[in-house]
Amino acid sequence: MPKTLFDKIWDAHVVEARPDGQTLLYVDRHLLHEGSFHGFEYLAERGMPVRRPQQSFAVADHFVPTTSRDLADIEDDVARSLVERLEQNTAAAGILHFGIRDPNQGIVHVVGPEQGISLPGLLIVCGDSHTATHGALGAYAFGIGASEVAHVLATQTLWQIKPKTMRITVDGARPDGVTGKDVILAIIAHVSAAGATGHAVEFAGSLIRDLSMEERMTVCNMTIEAGGRTGMIAPDDKTFAYIKGRPHAPQGEDWEHALADWQALPSDAGAMFDAEVSLDGTALQPMMTWGTSPEHATPIAGRVPRPDDAATPEKAEEIREALDYIGLTAGQDLQDVSVDVVFIGSCTNSRIEDLRAAAAIAEGRKVQVQQAMISPGSFLVKQQAEKEGLDRIFKEAGFEWRESGCSMCVGMNGDLIKAGQRSASTSNRNFRGRQGPGARTHLVSPASAAAAAVTGRFTDPRSLAR
Amino acid sequence: MPQKPFTQLTAVGVPLDRANVDTDQLIPARFLKYPRDEKYRTYLFHDLRLRPDGSENPDFVLSNEPYKSQGKILIADRNFGCGSSRESAVYVLQDWGFRAVIAPTFGDIFFNNSFKNGFLPIRLPSDVCAKLRQNLHDRIGAEIAINAEAQTVTGPDGVAHPFELDDFRKYCLTRGLDDIDFTLEATAKIDAFERERRPSWLGHNA
Repeated sequence: MPKTLFDKIWDAHVVEARPDGQTLLYVDRHLLHEGSFHGFEYLAERGMPVRRPQQSFAVADHFVPTTSRDLADIEDDVARSLVERLEQNTAAAGILHFGIRDPNQGIVHVVGPEQGISLPGLLIVCGDSHTATHGALGAYAFGIGASEVAHVLATQTLWQIKPKTMRITVDGARPDGVTGKDVILAIIAHVSAAGATGHAVEFAGSLIRDLSMEERMTVCNMTIEAGGRTGMIAPDDKTFAYIKGRPHAPQGEDWEHALADWQALPSDAGAMFDAEVSLDGTALQPMMTWGTSPEHATPIAGRVPRPDDAATPEKAEEIREALDYIGLTAGQDLQDVSVDVVFIGSCTNSRIEDLRAAAAIAEGRKVQVQQAMISPGSFLVKQQAEKEGLDRIFKEAGFEWRESGCSMCVGMNGDLIKAGQRSASTSNRNFRGRQGPGARTHLVSPASAAAAAVTGRFTDPRSLAR
Repeated sequence: MPQKPFTQLTAVGVPLDRANVDTDQLIPARFLKYPRDEKYRTYLFHDLRLRPDGSENPDFVLSNEPYKSQGKILIADRNFGCGSSRESAVYVLQDWGFRAVIAPTFGDIFFNNSFKNGFLPIRLPSDVCAKLRQNLHDRIGAEIAINAEAQTVTGPDGVAHPFELDDFRKYCLTRGLDDIDFTLEATAKIDAFERERRPSWLGHNA
């Protein structure tokens, strides 16, 4: 029977399948960050060892400062202790750790692919909901909670119920100025924030294949914002070229064997999915969110929706509440809305291409907002950007050029937006209070964030393209 | 971790008329670094429950009695617990006093995390959830009865609604068991998987 990419990876990882559907899956690679302390505590309480330390990799990203690489600069004692505990816990267990001063440090979902830790066909987990990022390489990657982190550390396995499968197909030639971020925001707006709940999503179609590896990571990264258990894209020559030569990728003869396995991974012709969704790629435009859920997305060149136009009274009330929080008026032209803070960074959009896209807009222009900051996704991304002179472009325009970490996406390191301030952010969540109590977050692509920075309001970046 | 077994519960139901209650609403990220001490419960719905000056927002359902001190079962709308993987979202509900949440759909990770803590998330159809919330608004302080063994939720109107619960989760939930113990019994199978089924190109060690 023809199998999907997801089914192939699932089947290859089943250790034990119970008749009630609970299945014990083998975990190839486990990524850790400071928040994993609950899992280590659990093991310590029970006196249990880490079963396979060589299959776990740790990165300090959530609590690290972006203003320096010095632990002493973390003013909050509790936050600093969590960064230190990750170092202690991983050292004691023999787990590779990219600490704050490590030349390979970065955001866990940037570092995994960058280091060749994330590979096609692998089952990858991390105590973070944006783990589906690694699915861009053709892996089955998903976020887990603290108890599951402990379970993986102790047993290198997880109990799971097989999700249904959903294929989201985006066909057609990509319009100019449309990026991976715009594609995924359009998808979430189409299927809703719970549209893929309980499903493993495969993104397919000519427009998806046309995306760069980094854009594919952006798309898979936000699958969770549509409720999806995981998001994945079939590996192809672009994927293999991206992986080849990375530090933890297979080398020599192993590479040839791996390649043969990976080439057999894509969904077979005729494979059946439990759900099929398709979007016309040629109709896509640069997108932004207007409300408090990632599904509240619409073209930047559009208007704030009107509650009166909503399909149901509940939806109308939801729009009213969202507009009340976000401080916008029904029917308002989005390009008239002014912006206070611009954040370019996060596991969604902080890779080198993202910075290039932002720099192309920022070059020769000046920041017109109160604060505009860039946090590259990793130290290596930062280095590459500096080699290309992107940092100079940003600094001359008036952007702050910071160090890497989760930063203002979630604000756990103190990079926060003040109550009432409005941000254009390349991150993944516009939930109430996500970037600080009372902060008003609008999700956009890096090009659109740069466009907002240099015009002081939301701007379709196509109008600034040279 | 080993938990208090969950078999049956009859308690005050709290109607939460909201869809997409995300994990940042359940517990804002700035509280995630703190230990789970006696203050932990106060982080629940912090920014909805409290005004910026720290006073209670009387418009939020949990600010009012009997919900505030007696509510143990939350009845919400679609996509409850969407967002981040933070298990703290479950801890904080539990520490407040909740033992179960009923909603039409849940964020997948929140749903899984709940069972690991002996906390029961129950999926019921959207119209049933809406009816239950309406019953609770009509009779403030009315009770909901959950029977995990029989897999039923009985509303204030006495109507019983069946819900799904797989045998594995039911076994662990009703006995307060930890699934790690369960998994360790399968160690020989995990050993065999590692010997025989991992791709050679990963190297024998990774």
